[in-house]
Amino acid sequence: MAIGLTHYLVIGAILFSLGLYSVLTRRNAISILMGVELILNGANINYVAFSHYSSGNVEGQIYAIFVIMLAAAEAAIGLAIILAFFQIFHTIDVEAAETLKE
Amino acid sequence: MELATVIFYLIAAVTVGSAAMVAFSRNIIHSAFSLLGTFAGVAAIYVFLGADFVAAVQVLIYVGGILVLILFAVMLTHRITDVRITNRAVGRIPALAVIGVFLFLLVQTIRETPWQKAKEILYSPTTAKIGDLFLGNYLLPFELASLVLLAALIGAVVISRKELKE
Repeated sequence: MAIGLTHYLVIGAILFSLGLYSVLTRRNAISILMGVELILNGANINYVAFSHYSSGNVEGQIYAIFVIMLAAAEAAIGLAIILAFFQIFHTIDVEAAETLKE
Repeated sequence: MELATVIFYLIAAVTVGSAAMVAFSRNIIHSAFSLLGTFAGVAAIYVFLGADFVAAVQVLIYVGGILVLILFAVMLTHRITDVRITNRAVGRIPALAVIGVFLFLLVQTIRETPWQKAKEILYSPTTAKIGDLFLGNYLLPFELASLVLLAALIGAVVISRKELKE
């Protein structure tokens, strides 16, 4: 069976599911961020695969680049929040964050 | 089987395998390093899809930037010795059930849907076309992106600095 659109979409779906599993089960803030990165990568594979097999132009790749850019911004902000959180609570277990104020 | 097919399945196995390590590993350092395999595998998949520029961007930003940032955060917030407790996971069984059903539905949808096919599948350099689009049709989102990055940069500095007590 030749490699086609379906193969890439299935890889994207698997990455998305594994990322969702990480986000659902982990209680460690950094692991949750890693799960979000997996989800974004799965979505990106879909964008590029559709741009290659379905539309035949590069607009899908443009959206993929925007997603990568926003992922970089999200990682920087998310990790800054995690570091600030660690300075206050001395842990990065998200269940420790149950107070709205110090 | 063709050589390209073999390589594709190899890359897919590396990508999915290291993504599974990220999701299931008990050790957060292992998770963080497995992310390298996933990002590199996704870059290789972009090469298979004829998206050379996106593949380069993936390597530069994900492998060179985000991964290093995540490793920094792991090292700064953990004593490396007690990694077992720090990467705990709760509700594995219900989550696995939900993910299993979800993945089954997704794959079923992907198989059944008659996707639109391009007239011809091209393998051509994409960088010039992407540059034209960024400075043409997508100029406003492109400029907004730089604004978002500047805001993220300042925001990250403001959030993570230590407050001076007066």
